[in-house]
Amino acid sequence: MEKQLFTISVFSENNVGVLNQVTIIFTRRCINLESISASPTSIPGVHKLTFTAYGDRRQMEKVVQQIEKRIDVMKAFLHTDDEIVYQEVALYKVPTDKLLIESNLENIIRHHGARILDITPEYTILEKTGHNDETEALFEELKRYDIRQFVRSGRVTVTKSPIEHVSNYIEQQARLHPDRFPAE
Amino acid sequence: MSNKINGAEALIKSLICEGVDTVFGYPGGAIIPVYDKLYDYTSQLKHILVRHEQGATHAAQGYARATGKTGVVIVTSGPAATNVITGLSDALMDSTPLVVITGQVASSLLGSDAFQETDVVGIVHPVTKWAVQIRRAEDIPAAVARAFYIANNGRPGPVVLDIAKDAQVGMVEWAHRTCDYIRSYIPVPEINNADISEAARMLNHAERPMILSGHGVMISGAENELRMLAEKADIPVAATLLGLSTMPSDHPLYKGMLGMHGNIGPNYNTNRADVILAVGMRFDDRVTGRLDAYAPQAKIIHIDIDSSEFNKNVKAALTIHADARQALQALLPGINQTRRTAWLDSFIPCEKAENEKVIVPEVHPQGGMMKMGEVVNLVSRAFGDKAIGVTDVGQNQMFGSRYFRFTEPRSMLTSGGLGTMGFGLPAAIGAKMGCPEREVVLFVGDGGFQMTIQELGTILEYGTAVKIVLLNNNFLGNVRQWQQLFYDGRFSQTPMVNPDFVAICAAYGIDAENVTDRSQLSDAIARMVKSDKAYLLNVNIDPTDMIFPMIPLGAAVDEMMINANEMFKL
Repeated sequence: MEKQLFTISVFSENNVGVLNQVTIIFTRRCINLESISASPTSIPGVHKLTFTAYGDRRQMEKVVQQIEKRIDVMKAFLHTDDEIVYQEVALYKVPTDKLLIESNLENIIRHHGARILDITPEYTILEKTGHNDETEALFEELKRYDIRQFVRSGRVTVTKSPIEHVSNYIEQQARLHPDRFPAE
Repeated sequence: MSNKINGAEALIKSLICEGVDTVFGYPGGAIIPVYDKLYDYTSQLKHILVRHEQGATHAAQGYARATGKTGVVIVTSGPAATNVITGLSDALMDSTPLVVITGQVASSLLGSDAFQETDVVGIVHPVTKWAVQIRRAEDIPAAVARAFYIANNGRPGPVVLDIAKDAQVGMVEWAHRTCDYIRSYIPVPEINNADISEAARMLNHAERPMILSGHGVMISGAENELRMLAEKADIPVAATLLGLSTMPSDHPLYKGMLGMHGNIGPNYNTNRADVILAVGMRFDDRVTGRLDAYAPQAKIIHIDIDSSEFNKNVKAALTIHADARQALQALLPGINQTRRTAWLDSFIPCEKAENEKVIVPEVHPQGGMMKMGEVVNLVSRAFGDKAIGVTDVGQNQMFGSRYFRFTEPRSMLTSGGLGTMGFGLPAAIGAKMGCPEREVVLFVGDGGFQMTIQELGTILEYGTAVKIVLLNNNFLGNVRQWQQLFYDGRFSQTPMVNPDFVAICAAYGIDAENVTDRSQLSDAIARMVKSDKAYLLNVNIDPTDMIFPMIPLGAAVDEMMINANEMFKL
């Protein structure tokens, strides 16, 4: 089967070692992670891990099943890019003197929708939010100014689906265990 | 007045509250506070001092598999914790409930490469159902309750509690904690009635249905439901290696074992059935053979409590995410009473061929050295087919599982998924401790026996009356068989120079005898059966004996060798 980029979203308890438990499932199958991000969600105590990785669908479906099997994980989902809205943030550190020579700086900033976060006599920090190809495009453009540092975050995502699957899971647990909820 | 106790005592009281009466373990520096408190609780908590931590885990597995209760292990940090990895991995593969408690260095020292420190939780994550480190005494009671809940609910598995030394000595207000809910874990899913109706419809419309009975049937205690369903709809039943003894061996609908060295009938008819009801099994590669040739004609109904098993290896037409017993109970009323004489009769030629070409020459050989099958058969009979059979791994395991017979459940303990040589002896000890009223007989080879032979010391210390049948061919027999069949008879590193096993047993105070000739075999077995103590028979086995039938690697489930030169043909 053909390899494509998948986004794997994992909703878990905020316990020590959850990230390790999830990443070793990729490691065991020799799947290289393209990006990772982790953060709290709107539901108290529930954390979201987001991974991107290349693989074929059948393999990735099994990976998601294995992730969801972990005790500390509530739900895990597999998405292709068309099913989600997603963003990444990139930061670029460029020597200020080289940027100032450029007559076209305004156009670059404007064209890419980038922002300037900090300027010192030595360097300027630019920020760009967008998809991978967009942050990559700015990177290509800034290359000639001798980029000193470049960093891109993991992907953050929300689904386009009208159903909030993890909320459904939490509601189901609350319904089945009204006396316990939300404490463990 | 405060009723504070230290964390070590809280651990022991929590174990007792969980119904634990036996633990297997080995003391060491980072767990001394627990052993100190154990000293005060010996009347309530029996500690079995094994001779190696790996032995503790396999003994706990034997105990758990024979009783259905959670096996408990207590060991120290560092090397002790790394020594339990094999047992954890084995228990995860074979869905065995274990709670393994490892001592850990004081939390102030964590990460400093302290003496006997190892990253236990980091190491064990891939081989446990759950693992947690405890650094405060007050967290112990809740963690123990959670560990037992996880280990023995849903699909059972091993859990590790890594308890830092300061948590063991810290003081805690004692209160018994229980656990029957974890927000992120639904151990037993709700049954979907539409799936049950669909399964009943498929089975009622089937002409050649077959049931594959796995370990999940035993774990959920669904043996009766399975038998009732099979009888009502006249469906032949085959068992996986770990599903052995879910049906009595002499039941007319029981058609034997599946897989690489299973019986011809169920393997052959796997590729003839139109509907396959797979219950609590996971389509291991040793069961399926080549996947693209596995039951392509059949609609498969897969019942399992672990949804990650669905469509992992074999695509199912219908998946039922449920406890096996609950699912079969729900299924039973909708199943039509049926007779399927022609389909059941189709097993007969397979059985006849297997009997003639494989079983009779193995079990009733005309002269020559003794064979493993004949020994297993006689031992099984001598115990009235009522003993718990334990095997090690290799030829002894396959002969044991083929020729040992069962009348009740939980009568065959073997390392299935991981295939751990050295599993047998400690597992037999644990099984006997869990079921002292039952006979426990171990079939073990000379290779695997020496991997955990130190546990003879445990037998010596506790007088555990396990019966040991050492199927000794002075070879690593299963590898030898592959070398014979597929590697031009180049016996690389498989012949073994062995010690005098009877003398070793004498040193451990264990009755033992050599059985060098067939003429001695029956009497020796009778003496072993009669003994109420541990007993070992060192049986001199034909090293050229091979286990058949055999589905070679890469072959389809119905492509079976019946000897080194002949494929099964109907």
